[in-house]
Amino acid sequence: MFLTDPFFWEIVVSGLLAGVMYSLVALGFVLIFKASGIFNFAQGVFALFAALTLVGFQTGQVPFAHLLSWITGTSIHTWGSGMPTLVAIVFALLVMIGLAWLVVRIVLRPLVNQEGIILFMATIGLAFVLEGTGDLMWGANVKALDVGLPQGPSDTIIDATGMFVDKLEISAAVVAVLLVVALTLFSQFTRMGRALRAVADDHQAALSVGISLETIWWIVWSIAGIVALVAGIMWGAKSGVQFSLSLIALKALPVLMLGGFTSIPGAIVGGLIIGVGEKVFELYVGPMIGGATENWFAYMLALLFLLFRPQGLFGEKIIERV
Amino acid sequence: MSLPPTAEAAADDQTYAVVEEEHGLSPRRVGPVVMDIRNITLRFGGVVAIKDISFDIREGEIRAIIGPNGAGKSSMLNVINGFYHPQEGEIWFRGEKRGSMKPHEIAKQGIARTFQNIALFKGMTTLDNIMTGRLTKMRRNMFWQAVWSGPAEAEEIEHREKVEKIIDFLEIQHIRKTPVGRLPYGLQKRVELGRALAAEPQLLLLDEPMAGMNVEEKEDMSRFILDVNEEFGTTIALIEHDMGVVMDISDRVVVLDYGRKIGDGTPDEVRTNQDVIDAYLGVAHD
Repeated sequence: MFLTDPFFWEIVVSGLLAGVMYSLVALGFVLIFKASGIFNFAQGVFALFAALTLVGFQTGQVPFAHLLSWITGTSIHTWGSGMPTLVAIVFALLVMIGLAWLVVRIVLRPLVNQEGIILFMATIGLAFVLEGTGDLMWGANVKALDVGLPQGPSDTIIDATGMFVDKLEISAAVVAVLLVVALTLFSQFTRMGRALRAVADDHQAALSVGISLETIWWIVWSIAGIVALVAGIMWGAKSGVQFSLSLIALKALPVLMLGGFTSIPGAIVGGLIIGVGEKVFELYVGPMIGGATENWFAYMLALLFLLFRPQGLFGEKIIERV
Repeated sequence: MSLPPTAEAAADDQTYAVVEEEHGLSPRRVGPVVMDIRNITLRFGGVVAIKDISFDIREGEIRAIIGPNGAGKSSMLNVINGFYHPQEGEIWFRGEKRGSMKPHEIAKQGIARTFQNIALFKGMTTLDNIMTGRLTKMRRNMFWQAVWSGPAEAEEIEHREKVEKIIDFLEIQHIRKTPVGRLPYGLQKRVELGRALAAEPQLLLLDEPMAGMNVEEKEDMSRFILDVNEEFGTTIALIEHDMGVVMDISDRVVVLDYGRKIGDGTPDEVRTNQDVIDAYLGVAHD
């Protein structure tokens, strides 16, 4: 019986924790989708950009160093020994909030009242621009990110249960829980939350009751930027800050299809299901069909959901009345 | 002391007002001009939606805007609440000329509205929808909202009381917790009116409040509009197609046709205006 197999449980736990990491990325998508109906293709790049900025501040890199050197003929690449991690995080937060403001002013404002698909295309453009800007600002090399989170296997858990669990993934889970609780409280019990939901429902009506779309969008994109920073820190600490970080956005897609695009709990549950599902599937079914199932399992599951329950587990059912 | 006003007395507004005053009640009064619209012209590219229209709205009155389809009525309302910015003309609100303002700023000035094809927040309950109407009145800043304590909570309770009063007034207690997307059309219209009322507006704009309703629903809605006007003294500007209703409930009517103003006055004056009759019934070209 596989339920008594400790290896099975180790797989489940590590799947759950990996799922949390997916959820962190998916959360950013859900937030923006809920409040503006935009599927933000750039969310993954946001995470990359946030992590790059954090590392840059931490290690004291000069932004646009290559460009500046080329123009001025000097070769200054650092301005000192860098900032303490906490200060760097605060500055990276400010950069993300500033970035959100730029996105609203430059991308969203001229596109008010446009179709969702046009805004989606705009975010694809945004992804490319931001990726290029990130490279130009901080350089394209792979960087290590150390924010002082515990790394390596947890000895206590190994001693108690014999399971191998990464400490970093435990911290990721704790951070994700805190984040979700904060976001849920924020969107359920505050005036801002009510305004957010109003903007997501109907732009015109929101304006007519005195809600400023731009302010709300700025807040939402800032929160998405902050979530991206958290995701960037976790993924960056796990596998280094590099371009492929922006591709984790693709893994968030099946998570969203499972959980539903409009549900914060859905993003979490979806992430957990995919995390556990792909590990367990690889363990028991993988050997029968030649392995390497982790690459496609999530997408196959998403496809099944699209066939039978397109709105996801927790999403709002979309009914078009004709 | 004489008897309360009788039905016969009520038939004549003048008598009714006199009798009311005898009984120490204050009759409805129409005050000074609260909104003055001067020579508004609105163009979309080459199309002129509104051409050189002027009219005013007095405090405490019910002002109707009527006209055939495509006359520019809704555009006029959109100009007043700031969705459209006219190329020419001025809008004076409470004695001040209005500069270029965004719709949410105008809402904060005290102009609330409803929409022709209902713009409610479909996923939210009736209560939450009407609570959004209070947003302009809420003062606690985001930090207090975020921590949800003390002052912010007290404020929420205070607003909730006001909203419950509106719910009672509109007789929608039974659907308080129902998501509005599930409500029948007539009730949605009523919730939308409630959301606009929650802002305690100085000027209430109603875009076809009775469109698509049956006779009974129309009667209810007319009663609510009159009650709002009488009990809260709210100034109302409304667009409506049902002539019978318009003539019954409004104090003054402005008639638009092809973006121009062709009539303005009391219902009786408008009814006998030859241009208005022509616009509605067509003119024989001979």
